Formats: sequence, C-alpha cells, structure tokens
Amino acid sequence: MIRAAAAILRKDLTIEMRTKESVPAMTLFSVTVYVLFHFGLDRDTLDGELASGVLWVTLLLATVIGVSRLFATEREQGGIDALLLAPVDRTALFVAKAAALFLYLVLLEVVAVPVFGLLLLGPDLLAALPELLVILVLADIGLAAVGALVAALAVETRARELVVPLLLLPLVVPLLIGAASASEPLLREGAEPEDLGRFLALLAGYDLVFLLIALAVFDFLLDD
Amino acid sequence: MYSKGFKPLAVATVLSILAAFALVFFYAPNDADQGFIQKIFYVHVPMAIVALFGFVAGGIMAIKHLRTGEASWDMRSYVAIHLSIILGTAVLVTGAIWAKASWGHWWVWDEPVLVSFLIVFLLYCVYYPLRYSIEDPERQARYSSVFAIAAGAFVPINFTAVRLAESVTHPRVLSQTGGSLPGDMRLTFLISLLAMTLLFVTLWKLELTSKHASMQLKRLRRRLELRAEERGAATPARSPV
Amino acid sequence: MAPALELDGLERRYGDRVALSGVTVRLEPGRTLAVFGANGAGKTTLLRVLAGLLRPHAGTARVMGCELPGETWKVRGRIGYLGHDPLLYRQLTGRENLTYQSRLYDLEPERVEEALAAVGLERRANEPVRDLSKGMVQRLAAARATLHDPDLLLLDEPRANLDPAAADRLEPLIGRDSGRARVLVTHDVDGGLAEADLAVGLRGGRQAFALPAGELDGARARGLYS
Repeated sequence: MIRAAAAILRKDLTIEMRTKESVPAMTLFSVTVYVLFHFGLDRDTLDGELASGVLWVTLLLATVIGVSRLFATEREQGGIDALLLAPVDRTALFVAKAAALFLYLVLLEVVAVPVFGLLLLGPDLLAALPELLVILVLADIGLAAVGALVAALAVETRARELVVPLLLLPLVVPLLIGAASASEPLLREGAEPEDLGRFLALLAGYDLVFLLIALAVFDFLLDD
Repeated sequence: MYSKGFKPLAVATVLSILAAFALVFFYAPNDADQGFIQKIFYVHVPMAIVALFGFVAGGIMAIKHLRTGEASWDMRSYVAIHLSIILGTAVLVTGAIWAKASWGHWWVWDEPVLVSFLIVFLLYCVYYPLRYSIEDPERQARYSSVFAIAAGAFVPINFTAVRLAESVTHPRVLSQTGGSLPGDMRLTFLISLLAMTLLFVTLWKLELTSKHASMQLKRLRRRLELRAEERGAATPARSPV
Repeated sequence: MAPALELDGLERRYGDRVALSGVTVRLEPGRTLAVFGANGAGKTTLLRVLAGLLRPHAGTARVMGCELPGETWKVRGRIGYLGHDPLLYRQLTGRENLTYQSRLYDLEPERVEEALAAVGLERRANEPVRDLSKGMVQRLAAARATLHDPDLLLLDEPRANLDPAAADRLEPLIGRDSGRARVLVTHDVDGGLAEADLAVGLRGGRQAFALPAGELDGARARGLYS
C-alpha cells in the first residue's frame, strides 16, 4: 500500500512540477485575496481577530482550488481505471492524494503566510511563528483528509466546480474555528498564546476523526 | 414492505400531536420574561433535535447501505436526510422568529446551537446537487452514502467546535434545551418532542412506502414494455423474468 | 489450468437499463474470443466487467478460475486492458508512464526498457505523451497493457490508429501468437474471425450468438451492424 501510494504521489508531484496547475494558482489566489481584503476592509494593517480571520479564510479559499484540481488528471486521462486494473489497494489512492494536497498546502503557506505578514499583518509575524507553525500543520492535515475525500466525491458529479466549494467549506468550519481562534491571540501585539491547548485539541480531534472516516469510506467511491 | 405497523404508528402520532397542542396551549404556563412567544420553543427545539437525529440516522443507514450493498438502505438514508432538511428549514425560520421576538434581532450569532445548526444545514443542502448530478443509480447511492456518513460524523464535531468558540467569549448562562425547566414546561416539552419524533417516523415510513410503490410501478411498466417489444419483434417467446 | 473465461448468463445493468445480458462463453487459455456488435451493443461494458472495473449484476463470471466480483483482487495484475482510452498521462513521458505502471505492478525497472524496445519507442521515450502521434500513443498503450506480462488481454479495437508496420510490430505482444488468452472487440468482421477461436455477437446488450469462429458465417456477424 505504501509503495503504491508513494508511486502515485511521485507521479502527481511530477505532473504538478510540469503543469504548475495547483500550487502557483493557489498562491496567486491568496495574494489576490489579501489585496481584496485590504480594499474591502479599508485597512492597511490588521491584527488580532481580523488578522487571524483574513489569514484563515484566505487559506481555506485557496484550498478549494487545490481540491478541485486534485483528481483532474485522473478524470481526464483515465488514471483511476489504470489504478483499478493494478494489484493495488485502493486506499493507496486516498493516501497519495491526501499527501499531495498536504504538500501543496505547505508550499502555499511557505509563500502565503510570509506575504500576509508583509502586506497586512501589523504585529511581527516572527513572534507568532512557533505556535502558528503547529496550528498550520494540524490544520493542513485535516484539510488534506477532508479535501481528498471531497475531491473524490465531486469527481464523478456533473456539477464538480459547484460541489467542491459547497461541500468543502461547511465541512471545514470546525477547522476554521480551531485555527482562527488559536491564531488570534498570537497575531496581536505582544503575542501571548491563549486557550492554545484547547483549540489544538480540537484541530487534532478533527484530523483524527476525518482521517479515519475518509480511510473507511474512500474505497466505496471507486467500487463499481 | 414498509407499511408494517403503519396504522398504530399513525394513530399514536395523531394522538401525541393533539396531546402536545393541548399541553402547549392549556397547560404550560406563559414564560415570565418572554410571554406567549416562548411557546414557539415547543416546536422549535423538538424539530431541531429530531432533524439532527435524522441526519445522524441517515448516516447510520448509509453505513448499513455500504455494508450490505442493498439499495433500500440508501433509500432509507435519503428519505431521513430529506425530511431532516425540510425540518431544518422550519427550525431556522422558527429560530429567527423566536430570536426577533425575544432579543429583537432576526439572527443572533452568540447562540451556538442555532449557529451550529445553520452550518449543518448548509452542508446538507449540498446533498441534493451531489446526489442528482450522478446518473448511474448504483454510484449515486454509494456516493450519497459516503456523503451521509461524513456529514453525520460532522454533526457532533461541528457542535463541539462552535460551542468551544463561543464559550471563550460568551459564557453561557442557561442551557436552553430543557436542562433546567420547571416541571410543567418540562412535561410539555417532552410530549412535544415525542410527537415530533413520531411525526418524523410516520412521514419517513410514508415517503418510503410511496417511493417503493412508484419504483415497483416503474419496474412493472418496463417489464410490460419489454414483453410488448419482444412480441412485436416476433422473436421466440421468452420470459423476461 | 483453469479456463481463461467461464461466463454464464452474465448480466450488467445501469439502473433499469440492461447493458449486457445472457452472455455465456467458455474460453480456454491462450485462445481468442472475438466480440462483434454495433455501437452501444455492450462490447465495452463486457470488457469492463471482465477487467473487474464494473461488477456483474447477475449470472456468473469466472476469469482465470476466479469468481467476479468476489475474487476480483486475485486476477488484478493478470489482465492487460487496452481500450479506447490509452490510460496514459499526457504530461508525462512514455518512460515515466511505464515506470509509474511498473511501480504499481511491483516490476523490475528493466521491464520498462524491454517494453519500450518491444514497441519501438526507445528513441521517443523521453517525450511527453501529448507530443506523440496517435499511432505512437497506441503503441505505448500496448506496452503499458502488456508490461506485466498478463495472461488475459482485453482488447478494444487495438489496431485502430496503427499503420500496417506498427500493427505487425505489436503482433508478438497482443497478437494471436502472444500465447495469451484474448478478448478482441472489433468491427472488422473478417479480420476478427480470422484470428479468433470463438465469436460472440451482441445486439442491444443481449448475446445474439456464441459460436466457434469456424462455424460462423461472416454475413451473420455483419447482420449485427444493420
């Protein structure tokens, strides 16, 4: 299973390096949304709740792009058939897709979070960084699990472009609550974590539940 | 198939609804602060509870469907979710009326139950576009079940998350779902909840029976057409059964 | 050795619509079954059921001794499927595509080079598939379908985009002399009959006939298309 998942992941990353369809689009989109927020809120710098909200909502919206593209090559080029013909555990596909999405999100955040710090954040980003990194990683795990499941659910529907955001965004509300509430005190002047443990526990619980659910039900999406 | 025990169930439903109405209007006292409008509570909260249980039950039936592969479990899950969405609409409307009457706003964000309910409702609304944009019936059933399971698990997680967020900024004074109600209000609430539950189960069975019947009808029609076709084509008579 | 195929009353529906029914065939290892039928007659559905991509709804289907759908996992990896869709990633090179497949099938890396040589694509192996001609894509797809040395080949118009030279080149891989059992879907009645041992005709999803190829009159097979 791990061997097959690694093969699929490697293939996906090669295609992404060549076509650059996901990560650059997600990054560009995030920066554009920052600009929109600058004008929409008419603020040059943000801190606290507003900063945390803008950062997380932007990242979640960018995730939608990654999720809609996640199965695009498979759908267009019969990759799922090829995989089903091979003596490979179907769960490998989920593991590979979730891992790919996780990497895309990490790459996105490597650019989008510092850019947020430069463009909009009032307080110093570095002060928030250690705790913020933990929050980002936990949120990315959950997003990767739910995103891969949603992508697989939407891939066979006619209204794909519609179903992905409509399905993904409500599903990640608990993640947004956890991540935004945990980040908010960190993005204030003098960054003091507050209730951090409780919200990290929420994120970790969410990650665990949705990873288990996705692993349990994913196979059924491929079973014709 | 689904009509077993329907009659006593229907009678019990009507009786409990009548009892609930009687209790709400003639027995339960008017609320000291909110007055008569507080009685919307006896509709709003039972509907919300039943709708949420309907969503979760839909998820459990979906698990059954994926386990057994029987299409009837998908139908059960679909009808449960469908009814819960209808109830959900009513929950949001009654919630807004109640909020307007007692707090002066149509919507209040610091009411975690209502806010959680809105998120759950938004998620479940996607069930229809997802389900009906898949043409192959088997795949439609499987994909719907996968959705129903993920969404069913989402319900409690979401409530926990929203409550967690609220409790930081707004300490909750009193639980509204009947934890500390005076005795007469409590009895009325419980009977209302019972009536709503029975109503849900009755409607669920009714809808299933009708779906089942119309599917049977379609199948029979098809068989008839096939037979006519075969006769018309003058191929050797063969039973399509 | 178990027969390559043992089908009895095989049926597959899409909802209420019957896409395939009453298919009853027994094919010995190494033999070829030709499948004839107009568009929409159920040929592709038959191939997909045999490949384990669609589950049968009624009847029994045994592929190389394994019952579908219960034992599908046992025959995965022993079937080579060459359909309309080449099942190759256009952005990847031929070599990358085959390497990916070889990893899925847990094969030695040398197999990739052998397969590229067998279809005469060594020199174009580092070009993305989207830059290859249709014929070359089909050759690459044949290399993909036979990479793992399958015992049963499911072929859907395998020579459609090939010039005679290229078709000859694929003969040892997917032809009669490959030694593999084959299910060959084709519109070319005479060509199909010439290389088949058995022939099945499908009309509107139903089996119209199943005969040894020698006993089938070409006109009867052509009748399916009228």
